[in-house]
Amino acid sequence: MGKTIAEKILSNHAGRSLSAGDIAICKVDFCFSQDGTSGMVIDSFRGLGTKRIHKGIKFCMVIDHSSPSPNIGVSKIHKKMRGFAADANCQIFDIGCGVCHQIVPEAGFAMPGGLILGADSHTCTYGALNAFASGVGSTDVAITLTAGRNWFRVPETVKVIFKGRIPKGVFAKDIILALAGKVGANGCTYKAIEFTGPVIKRLSIDGRFTIANMAVEMGAKCGLMEFDAKTAAWFKRIGKRKVRGVSADKNAKYAKVIEFDVSKLSPKIAKPHTVDNVCDIGRVEGLKIDEAFLGTCTNGRLEDLAIAARILKGRHIARSVKFIVAPASKSIYLEASRKGIIRTFVEAGAVVVVPGCGPCVGTHNGVPANGEVVISTANRNFKGRMGNPDAFIYLGSPATVAASALKGKVADPRRYLR
Amino acid sequence: MTPKKGNARRIGIDDNVNTDYIISGRYKFQIEDHKELAKHIFEDVSPNFYGKVKSGDFLVAGENFGCGSSREQAPVALMSAGISAVVAKSFARIFYRNSFNIGLCLLECDTDGIKDGNRLEIDLKKGYIKNLSRGKTIPIRPMPAVMSKLLADGGVIKHFKKHKGFKIK
Repeated sequence: MGKTIAEKILSNHAGRSLSAGDIAICKVDFCFSQDGTSGMVIDSFRGLGTKRIHKGIKFCMVIDHSSPSPNIGVSKIHKKMRGFAADANCQIFDIGCGVCHQIVPEAGFAMPGGLILGADSHTCTYGALNAFASGVGSTDVAITLTAGRNWFRVPETVKVIFKGRIPKGVFAKDIILALAGKVGANGCTYKAIEFTGPVIKRLSIDGRFTIANMAVEMGAKCGLMEFDAKTAAWFKRIGKRKVRGVSADKNAKYAKVIEFDVSKLSPKIAKPHTVDNVCDIGRVEGLKIDEAFLGTCTNGRLEDLAIAARILKGRHIARSVKFIVAPASKSIYLEASRKGIIRTFVEAGAVVVVPGCGPCVGTHNGVPANGEVVISTANRNFKGRMGNPDAFIYLGSPATVAASALKGKVADPRRYLR
Repeated sequence: MTPKKGNARRIGIDDNVNTDYIISGRYKFQIEDHKELAKHIFEDVSPNFYGKVKSGDFLVAGENFGCGSSREQAPVALMSAGISAVVAKSFARIFYRNSFNIGLCLLECDTDGIKDGNRLEIDLKKGYIKNLSRGKTIPIRPMPAVMSKLLADGGVIKHFKKHKGFKIK
């Protein structure tokens, strides 16, 4: 019987042939944790009595969720991380470097065919680069750092084939929101997803990251894509040559195959307070907004900033709106700056904040007031997510967020894209 | 394992209870003291929930409990608040793994007939939950062998130290 990508990668890391349902101990290539999860990684690591990080594994920590620190409690955790990094001689990406899910790929830690565990649920993002990458808790990272391996149950795979042509004004975010709306928040629980089809092939790596990033919003363990010429070119740009991926066998067995034609899609919105509460933008167009947020591990990459800037260029946002932009990493910030994108944002009335996760997780940099409505490019709209349980978060694409910031209301980006 | 008795606690939301609801990012990023974290469980969706929990209570919910963020603070805060087991129709996978890793018992069964305040008796050995208040017996979905082992050892850290590695087969 043929194997799925997930079965192949886990087999390669277990040193024996595995199929869905098997339980195995696998060598892990790379682990990381961020400032919301590192404190407990350090405690568990010390609780295990581990002296040093297993030499077979790469590890880094990223300060991104509250960066720079907004209060004393966070400062204490950051200090603890810096101390551990010095003691354990591991790499730390400190304030200003950006969101872990952009930094990890940029640094070349997310390799095709690799096995990655991250103490952050959106670790599944690197599936876009053909890595089996899964979010875990802090203790699982600590165990992996100690043993260089961890135990896995090989997941069944759901194959999603995106077909058709992407309509104007519709982006990777709309496609993945549409899928989340269709399958639901637990539609792929414990499954691996393979995202395939002509639409994925046509998407840039930035767009593919957006899709893989949200696999966990359907409950999936990882969201994998095939390695192709675009993936190879992306790795070449970060200085990695001769990189090869892992493909699924033609006769691989899938738990389910979903065919999804995107040709007639409209821009999508996920309404409060769940990610699968998805509708066409027409259903909420005109709803007054108080805040717009562009950024996050879903949509803070160069392509996302560029499309928003294209809509904002030469215009000014509505007076009633606070528009916050957080580039996903320092290198994206610099590149956007070089291209004049940052200038466009500032001239349009946006506030550009430090690369990081702050607004999305409600730690700082734009906590909404009671009753306020936010339109955001993030991946979650849970009650309280942005720091106030009495606010309302709507999720959309970068183009939708930019158009809405201009209008002061939820707006259809197709009206602004010429 | 001897049967455990306790009261059912429901939070008012049935399905897709996410880890942000269990413990908000506002707290998890700045509080490291588990007892202190516990005081804020479900604060955004069920204010004063912590005040209602008594040590040994069972938290009861519907489908996909614990979805969303990977924060281990979620099961840690529940356990520190005195919750002795979470009973739901199904669990999200990161939360599921995290809970057994720290030694918090999760059980899957049909929870429709369990109301807030019902007196329950959980018998892991026989594989059922008795709703003593309503005189009903509910079968528990068998727990995967790996999870039983981790639970019996008191979590993955104790398991790993005891066996000097994984002993899951």
